[in-house]
Amino acid sequence: MERPRIIRKSAGDLPEPPHLADYAAERAAFSWQRARSELAGLPGGGLNIAYEAVERHARGERAGHIAFRFLGNNGAREVTFAELSGLTNRFANVLKALGIAKGDRLFLLASRIPELYIAVLGSFKNGTVVSPLFSAFGPEPIATRINLGAGTVLVTTASLYERKVAPVRSQLPTLRHVLVVGDDGGSADIPGTLDLGRLLAEASERFEIVPTRPEDLALLHFTSGTTGTPKGAMHVHEAVVTHWATGKYALDLHPRDIYWCTADPGWVTGTSYGVIAPLLHGVTSIVDAADFDAERWYRILQEQRVSVWYTAPTAIRMLMKAGADLARQYAFPDLRFIASVGEPLNPEAVWWGLEAFGLPIHDNWWQTETGGIMIANTPAMDIKPGSMGRPLPGIEAAIVQKGADGRLEMVDEPDRDGELALKRGWPSMLRGYLDNEERYRRCFAGDWYLTGDLARRDADGYYWFVGRADDVIKSAGHLIGPFEVESALMEHPAVAEAGVIGKPDEMVGEVVKAFVSLRQGFNPDDALRRELLGHARRKLGAAVAPKEIEFVGVLPRTRSGKIMRRLLKARELGLPEGDTSTLESGG
Amino acid sequence: MDEKELRAVLIETLLDIAPEVEAARLRDDKPLRSQVDLDSMDWLNFLIALHRKLAVEIPEADYARLVTLKDLQAYLGGKLR
Repeated sequence: MERPRIIRKSAGDLPEPPHLADYAAERAAFSWQRARSELAGLPGGGLNIAYEAVERHARGERAGHIAFRFLGNNGAREVTFAELSGLTNRFANVLKALGIAKGDRLFLLASRIPELYIAVLGSFKNGTVVSPLFSAFGPEPIATRINLGAGTVLVTTASLYERKVAPVRSQLPTLRHVLVVGDDGGSADIPGTLDLGRLLAEASERFEIVPTRPEDLALLHFTSGTTGTPKGAMHVHEAVVTHWATGKYALDLHPRDIYWCTADPGWVTGTSYGVIAPLLHGVTSIVDAADFDAERWYRILQEQRVSVWYTAPTAIRMLMKAGADLARQYAFPDLRFIASVGEPLNPEAVWWGLEAFGLPIHDNWWQTETGGIMIANTPAMDIKPGSMGRPLPGIEAAIVQKGADGRLEMVDEPDRDGELALKRGWPSMLRGYLDNEERYRRCFAGDWYLTGDLARRDADGYYWFVGRADDVIKSAGHLIGPFEVESALMEHPAVAEAGVIGKPDEMVGEVVKAFVSLRQGFNPDDALRRELLGHARRKLGAAVAPKEIEFVGVLPRTRSGKIMRRLLKARELGLPEGDTSTLESGG
Repeated sequence: MDEKELRAVLIETLLDIAPEVEAARLRDDKPLRSQVDLDSMDWLNFLIALHRKLAVEIPEADYARLVTLKDLQAYLGGKLR
């Protein structure tokens, strides 16, 4: 069916007057200083994310309002802002009693349980830096990140500890304490760990927030690059200004909203928009601990009366697969805004939203380094399905190209591909990669932060994603560094070399595929392929390990010895192989 | 196909996707995904592979009920009979 290329919208048609009604006027009037003045700041001076997110409301008229409704398999648990204040104070006291100080790093490895949310916010109160880990990581990615970040505390669950941390515990020299939550939410008695439930119960509910300044480190988000170890993107307490402004403009949060962010807090979306932004706006957040299930999700949207829903393309495509008929068995009278992030949302998915919910789905764009939403389709704006939208107030975007002399050139002409760049200066911009100044510097050209994403801008100022400028793999919205996967494969005695690419996949964007050449004496048979798959999964976990392994005689390399992943990918897709003049071997 | 054979097919299919699993340690009455590291895609592939191997329709609406090995055995066993 031929569909129009634009979905027309206007502020007057919306059930809730949108925060961003007049795009040009709001952008012109906006300044980050003004946004900052909408927040309270610490009573004694300074800025702290947890104060803005929790205390401001716990001491005000929203004290009794529900901050989180946690859905588990055994019913719901509601936590008001006042209760959240007490719980996070208890957690901060636990840290303090253990001698964990301002600037120390706390790692989190858990599914979406209440303690995780309490730990994030309690850590901010103590000035402790939070670094979330994805619970589907295997022991190796976990150990790599804790060691890079010199983590002193880890919060996790009993079964995750036993499966993923205990095997590598001896390789984590900086880790002083492991705080464990029982799998049923109760206590846990595991040697070498502390029972978080008991510590929380014994701790005081009163805590004075450690004075943090806007530039003090708050979050450490690891992200993957093409080469080398993961990069720890450093974010500061001032990022809260972006979280607040984007919660307002991009998610259009209003006090009455029931909000559901389906992202896991193991990734940046689940932290910025699953924990911080909704609290800043004093709205009720739904948190579901269970894995994706189409019917369960529809039931949650209906029963919890979700009004603003922030989800991801992979989930939307899985819902599409289950059919719009299933969606129509439910009613969503309260739902008024759906947004998506993680990878470009295909136009069919935008339209499918209209079919299933009577609402289009609004794509937006940002990345770990930007700390918050930068470019978005907002409620009152016309949607061009397939486009990520337009820059939010306070954000200046551009398409750039490196000229012949290495200098940056602005691409002003519409519809031309180039690298997406952002003018530096928004509050949640990363302040560096941990212990890697050189890599941080390479992200900038003058005043412009270079995103590594290729895009184009049309004549109306809408941005369109084109591809990654590097070899990083994007699977189910998460970045996977090919180097990390290759390294794990190379640790197997049968593997001579490995090249890892993202193979296009309808459901998750890309799946990890490994090309492996073997050492002499090993046979490329099915038994060995399974052994390698098992080896990679044990080390890396299901979310990072390859889904497919193919044996090859020899991998193509450049003359300087780098594996040509691009060529592997071209071959995989049956595309022309392009300029191979720098190749060492034809494979 | 008797119960034992069906369980063997389940395990074999699981091992194709997650060869690292120690089958002897699996508990039939506990959620499979809490014992085995399977992401959403693995889980989907697992159910699709079972559908192919056993020639049994597994409508998506039934996915939510299939949590433990025991659930899968009862569900698939019922359909095969």
